[in-house]
Amino acid sequence: MKLTREEVEHIAELARLRLSGQEKVRYAEQLSDILDYAARLQSVDTSGISPTARVSSTGTGLREDKIHSGLSQKQLLENAPDTEKGQFRVPPILE
Amino acid sequence: MSEIIDLSLGELLAALRAGDLTSREIVSTYLYRIEQLDASLHAFLFVNPEISLSQADKADKKLQEWRKDPDQYLPALAGLPIAIKDVLCVSGMPCTSGSKILEGFLPPYDATAVKRLREAGVIILGKTNTDEFAMGSSTENSAYGPTHNPWDLERVPGGSSGGSATAVSARLAPAALGTDTGGSVRQPASFCGVTGLKPTYGRVSRYGLVAYGSSLDVVGAMGVSAADILPLFEVMAGSDTLDATTFDQPLPDFDLVNREPELNGLRVGIPEEYFIDGIQEAVRRAVRSAIEKFEDLGARVERINLPFTEYALPVYYLIAPAEASANLARFDGIRYGPRLDADEMWDIYRNTRGEKFGAEVKRRIMLGTYALSAGYYEAYYGQAQKVRTLIKTDFESAFQSVDVIAAPVAPTTAFRIGEHGDDPLSMYLEDIFTLPANLAGVPGISFPVGFDDQGLPIGMQLMAPHFMEKTLFEAAHAYQQVTNWHTQRPALDKAA
Repeated sequence: MKLTREEVEHIAELARLRLSGQEKVRYAEQLSDILDYAARLQSVDTSGISPTARVSSTGTGLREDKIHSGLSQKQLLENAPDTEKGQFRVPPILE
Repeated sequence: MSEIIDLSLGELLAALRAGDLTSREIVSTYLYRIEQLDASLHAFLFVNPEISLSQADKADKKLQEWRKDPDQYLPALAGLPIAIKDVLCVSGMPCTSGSKILEGFLPPYDATAVKRLREAGVIILGKTNTDEFAMGSSTENSAYGPTHNPWDLERVPGGSSGGSATAVSARLAPAALGTDTGGSVRQPASFCGVTGLKPTYGRVSRYGLVAYGSSLDVVGAMGVSAADILPLFEVMAGSDTLDATTFDQPLPDFDLVNREPELNGLRVGIPEEYFIDGIQEAVRRAVRSAIEKFEDLGARVERINLPFTEYALPVYYLIAPAEASANLARFDGIRYGPRLDADEMWDIYRNTRGEKFGAEVKRRIMLGTYALSAGYYEAYYGQAQKVRTLIKTDFESAFQSVDVIAAPVAPTTAFRIGEHGDDPLSMYLEDIFTLPANLAGVPGISFPVGFDDQGLPIGMQLMAPHFMEKTLFEAAHAYQQVTNWHTQRPALDKAA
């Protein structure tokens, strides 16, 4: 199977990745190779087999719904490239 | 007294308690080695001698007070330095995950594994190099340049925990933390001639670990020997309310001190599917003779089958990228990391992610996005999760009749930097023997069992049922009591 340039562009858009023309060509080729390789899974008979939802046999534990202090607003904003008045700043998303 | 770097972790801790060595002496020794040797190895992405030494002085003070009044509480690992893979958050030290998209990120908290080790008195020497977001088998995918194998600087240390494996191998740290999503602790341990533990999935909290494949990621440890790793593992293991996949199964109480080197009654399974054509002859020979050594120790060896092994690679390379594509959606240039500015919000995302993620990360995000996309989900991701169940069942059946499974870690010894070029599939094939344990969630340990004719280390792995790390430690320790492969060191010490 061969991914087309349009398919690669569609996936890149879903993943919000700007790709160069060269990258599109290379990924079309490499992803096709990998998916070809993965196609061998289609030959496995999995009728009646459930997909793995969790690997361990123990259930997840329940815990008390207790409030505890987390990180402060200041700490959370410290790594942001642009902030204003205690918030993350981005360009307008609504006109 | 032997040189500091020749001491086992137990000997270091004993010397600290006795007052024969100070933490400052130990930390300075390793910092000096990093300064001397890391320019050619590039195991570390971040080292801050000032922070490490001031922590060492605090530990020395605590040790001194304790010696005056031994009734006082003294943390189990007080004064012991270790290195941390740069995908784990350590507050006050940058965490890049080997990526430009996290350049300058300073985590405001410790990962749970790190927090527990710090509470136990551990001193952090620095952060070690990794393939970007732990995606790779060679540490060549680090945005900050590759790490070099201490046994041959032209070769890779394996990956993704290649920085940690190199640090231990070159004795730039007595032990180090790594993470294992598809073999990222065991394979670099094998390539660098050290011991590496991948615990049971859920045994160690993933809180504060930069997520790659959340159903596969495990925090592990690397050291010279199994006995050196055990104290770190004991401290890190255990349930954590901040990671709902951790479990309450307590670690059995055991130690490796004063054990006779015998494994009477241990049932070792040899899976036919792991001894395929294409394995380097030296690897096959070394693993075979290690298995004979286990028989000498009293183990009973039998052949077993894990029939779905050949599907582990395609299953992994659909599931891990699928999970990665979701996990890495958080890197958007808004909340942390650098931003490529644009007039339009979506362009900030597209430009920042397109520019700051490396080639392999983008490849896996694309692959995962495709496998999860409308129309392909059932055929790729759905089918992979079903075959994963069959792989898991393989292990469950095998462990009905054996206690551990023994196999090579990788088909070859360390390959050359650049050898796999721009051929991702050939690189993925390096992982064929380590992926199944992650898909099944079972624990594994990798340890040195010989060298090839070029003097490169060869590793073997043991895998055990869920929660049975104890069996792995006892078996690897018995082997290391009667062999000395793990104490061999690369000859690059002239300078230091």
